[in-house]
Amino acid sequence: MGFLTGLLWFFAAIAVAMAAGWLFRKGVIAVAPRGVAKEMRTAPLTASFGMLMILIYILVALSAHWIAPFGETTIVGREYEPWGNVHLLGTDNLGRDMLSRLIYAARNTVGIAFITTALAFILGSILGLLAAIVGGWPDQLLSRAVDVLMAIPALIFALLLLTIVGTSVVNMILVIALIDSTRVFRLARAVAMNIVVMDYVEAAKLRGEGLWRLIMREILPNAMAPLVAEFGLRFCFVFLTISALSFLGLGIQPPTADWGSMVKDNATLISFGDITPLLPAGAIALLTVSVNFVVDWQLHRASGLKE
Amino acid sequence: MAEKNVLLTMKGLRIEGRADEEWLEIVKGVDLTLHRGEVLGLIGESGAGKSTIGLAAMGFARDGCRISGGEILFDGIDLRKASESERRALRGKRIAYVAQSAAASFNPAHKLIDQYCEAPVEHGVMGRAEASHDAKELYAKMQLPQPETIGFRYPHQVSGGQLQRAMTAMAMACRPDLIIFDEPTTALDVTTQIEVLAAIRNIVEQFDTAAIYITHDLAVVAQMADKIKVLLRGEEVEEAETRAMLDAPSKDYTRSLWAVRSYARAAQAPVRDATPVVSVRNVTAGYGTINVLTDISFDIHARRTVAVVGESGSGKSTAARVITGLLPPRMGEILFNGSALPPDYRRRTRDQLRQAQMIYQMADTALNPKQKLRELIGRPAQMYLGLNGKALDARVRDLLRVIELEPNDYIDRLPSELSGGQKQRIGIARALAAEPQFIICDEVTSALDQLVAEGILKLLDKLQSEFSLAYMFITHDLATVKAIADEVVVMKNGVVVEQGPKSEMFQPPHDPYTELLLSSVPEMDPDWLDNLLAERAAGGAGAKAESAGN
Amino acid sequence: MPHIWTMILQRLALGLVTLFVVSLIIFLGTELLPSDFAQEILGQSATPETVAALRAQLGLNDPMHVRFGNWLADVVQGDFGVSLANGQSVSALIGRRLGNTLSLALYAAAIAVPLSLMLGILAALFRNSIFDRVANASALTAISFPEFFVAYILIFYLAGAGGAFPSMANFRGEPSFGDYLYRSFLPALTLTLVVTAHMMRMTRAAIINLLASPYIEMARLKGMTPMRVIVRHALPNALAPIINVVALNLAYLITGVVIVEVVFVYPGLGQLMVDSVSARDMPVVQGIALVFAAAYVLLNLTADVLATLSNPRLVHRR
Repeated sequence: MGFLTGLLWFFAAIAVAMAAGWLFRKGVIAVAPRGVAKEMRTAPLTASFGMLMILIYILVALSAHWIAPFGETTIVGREYEPWGNVHLLGTDNLGRDMLSRLIYAARNTVGIAFITTALAFILGSILGLLAAIVGGWPDQLLSRAVDVLMAIPALIFALLLLTIVGTSVVNMILVIALIDSTRVFRLARAVAMNIVVMDYVEAAKLRGEGLWRLIMREILPNAMAPLVAEFGLRFCFVFLTISALSFLGLGIQPPTADWGSMVKDNATLISFGDITPLLPAGAIALLTVSVNFVVDWQLHRASGLKE
Repeated sequence: MAEKNVLLTMKGLRIEGRADEEWLEIVKGVDLTLHRGEVLGLIGESGAGKSTIGLAAMGFARDGCRISGGEILFDGIDLRKASESERRALRGKRIAYVAQSAAASFNPAHKLIDQYCEAPVEHGVMGRAEASHDAKELYAKMQLPQPETIGFRYPHQVSGGQLQRAMTAMAMACRPDLIIFDEPTTALDVTTQIEVLAAIRNIVEQFDTAAIYITHDLAVVAQMADKIKVLLRGEEVEEAETRAMLDAPSKDYTRSLWAVRSYARAAQAPVRDATPVVSVRNVTAGYGTINVLTDISFDIHARRTVAVVGESGSGKSTAARVITGLLPPRMGEILFNGSALPPDYRRRTRDQLRQAQMIYQMADTALNPKQKLRELIGRPAQMYLGLNGKALDARVRDLLRVIELEPNDYIDRLPSELSGGQKQRIGIARALAAEPQFIICDEVTSALDQLVAEGILKLLDKLQSEFSLAYMFITHDLATVKAIADEVVVMKNGVVVEQGPKSEMFQPPHDPYTELLLSSVPEMDPDWLDNLLAERAAGGAGAKAESAGN
Repeated sequence: MPHIWTMILQRLALGLVTLFVVSLIIFLGTELLPSDFAQEILGQSATPETVAALRAQLGLNDPMHVRFGNWLADVVQGDFGVSLANGQSVSALIGRRLGNTLSLALYAAAIAVPLSLMLGILAALFRNSIFDRVANASALTAISFPEFFVAYILIFYLAGAGGAFPSMANFRGEPSFGDYLYRSFLPALTLTLVVTAHMMRMTRAAIINLLASPYIEMARLKGMTPMRVIVRHALPNALAPIINVVALNLAYLITGVVIVEVVFVYPGLGQLMVDSVSARDMPVVQGIALVFAAAYVLLNLTADVLATLSNPRLVHRR
């Protein structure tokens, strides 16, 4: 496809996206309960579009088994068949149906990214909150350790650890979760430090409240907003890292369908002017953009209006 | 006064501010006339719109605000119709501004003298060398230490009171026709405030500059202004010449502002031979290698209020932390009803923790914004008294009634839905919920407007007799001390300078620091500042030397 | 000695300590190898003698602190050991490619830094205008794209049959400067696009934050022209936050380089690392990890020191 046609398609896509976002926002405001509707009204078109896409992705991921026309790993035709009626997006380098693999990859890649982010998040935020509340040398120790771990660039560290433990999906999840939890720790600790100095936390301590209640009732509810936003950002980073590792052949292994490795496997098509391998890459980009738009909107609201 | 002497007029000024997506009116049609050399005091509580009007006099509106109606004429120039470059030519040159916080308003990257010379040089009023020389002269006029060299320092190397005077000098650089003073002494200690007030008055008189003096402190405005305009929620309440207004305010609201300082608690008979509820004995405490408190002792009896007074850094808040057990002392002890309390709060029994409660200064940080009032007040009752279910609900409602808030309306609200005064009342209810014997009030009225503060003080008074409470009232405001204290403890730099019954404290002879503190509190007499300065100049080169260190 | 130099020396010392601990962690990589690692490398057909020989070569028999000491001493002298895949000296392998990776990073940085600073400052000055909104949305989109996506789009349009630039940057030997710029244009462009987006956003946020300061308002109230407010009042205070932003993103370049090199078959450290990870060639991976980590630490340290020096509050004490 030529450059100008590509550009035209691009702008058309943006227009469609904005329209979809606008319609979605109208729809949600109409049917949602009051609190949610009020939130939605402040959402810019980009964020509404983002929310719509995230919902679609989740639906596709959950229903992959039922909506995919063919199997994930079944060979159904010759290699590299062009787009046609049976195989809407053609076949890949081994003759498997592209569309089906794209759909299954939604489940795999997004699912694995989500689990990894959740792990990183739980580990990092619990330690971060505890470090802020307890203070003293446990805090110092953890903070220094995290500083050192963060002194090694994330991707390099991941590659190093994967060399040691071998490249399997479980190892990748654990390695990325460990590395990412350091970023979450930093943020959770910073957020909690701001809350811990508040008088109401001191008042709770003076009441003799236990550590559990302090965390659950006093600190966590006030830390939710920045933490949730950070979850979104971390998901994007983890998602991109997993895709990058899979692209390099070091992540999700064949024959499991995964967007990153699908790009690598079918890359030769690009030199023939076929954009099919860009589709899985585009799928990655689209989800990440959507999450980023939504998180950006939330952060913008939370920061007040310095603008 | 002749028409040609009119410098500034505002007619029907309207200003709107943006909240989320809508524009709300902040200033609703205010008129103002200012003559050359005249000082107008703009007074009102927070939210009255005084700052916004002050900035409008320069044709300036902050981000999120816009001037939506009315006329602003400065020396015949219509500020609303003028172009931005015309307005810029006026700002800094003919109309100057002195901000509330000098520390934040000076550029941290440039020396003071460079910032002084900027306006005259850029506006073409003076050359750099002349401006430099002028700066040193003005610094000397403002009684700044080392006026020849202080300009070569950076803002963070100079103290707050000195910065405020340097900022005033900077405003004078181009000899403007009008200066807007926006709460210049609000953030300063009472003793520092005197210096700055005197300096401002001097320089305004010397150069015959007109000024708009914005403040919420009535006694201060009485010293500085020729006439006073009272504002309430963006509208004018009344305007009159200073003496006339002080003698006979015509509107009720104005009168109520005046009345606050005359509230006084009924005098109490001195206590004899009773065990004090709380006894601080020879406490020395600190952090790291520094001692913040040195050998302080005082007693607090039931149904009595001990006011602990001091300026910033005196150690009064630290004393509260020692009593509550957050900071174990290095030496000395705290006794409760005669028996010693474990120094660390974690070692105290639940009942010991229950008996002493604290109310904080800033209600925004003292109440968990995510908890409803029901839980905020109910939790102590639940923890200490074991109340639950219906009994707990009834108790919470009782407490709400005691603090004069209708239970059905408020019990399920969040703190963000309340005003400052209401939030402070919730703080009181939370303390009461534990049924304590002793409450520490840590600057509880310092962040409130005067009317609201009076309401809180009255409530605390009522509760003290009803529930036989002992209060430790920490404050820096002597007017509050006069109003509510039975005994007074004066602290400076961690040491008790003087202590005793209130009646003794407010009469001489005094410790020199107490003398300084007492005399620095502005009074409602326009001549007070002049008298004080004359006294100090004549009476004590010593006192002056001590206070010039600010 | 003026206190500012003490502060800087402290930072430098801290940097060295960090470097030391990082190298310890990287060294520990060998420690964490499963005990039959040597066996795994050699495969099924290895005899006990060859396994023992490999273990001896990897030094797996000495006590740990001895091994660490030896390893550190070697590293400091530039000896990173020998590759398990092809027996070549690791430092020789790295040396050749290090120059290439650095040039690529420099190429990208030279375009990205001025471009993003300019865009970020303009966006902050004209915030909420159309320019700002478009720039913001574009940047947000760009940072969401995986590097290989950007790379392949560029290849699709600018390379391949009839394209202007080569799709593979695998030059051999020493190309001329102009030739190098031509061959490496696409990989450099890919890196530039992503880094610019990050840097632009951060610069914009930092400047907006700065412009909300009271002393900026004060400068306006003194009647200073907008140009003077920006140049004399905002910029001197913007140095520290901008330095931080640039350092953070230059460090990011180090990791972005890996993917780009693989896509464009660029002969740099990144590609070598990926190949070595697949082959589990530990010494090479360790060597490259150490180089990258050291660069990262040094960059952050430089940023820290520069930011300290440009903060008047720290330079002139009370």
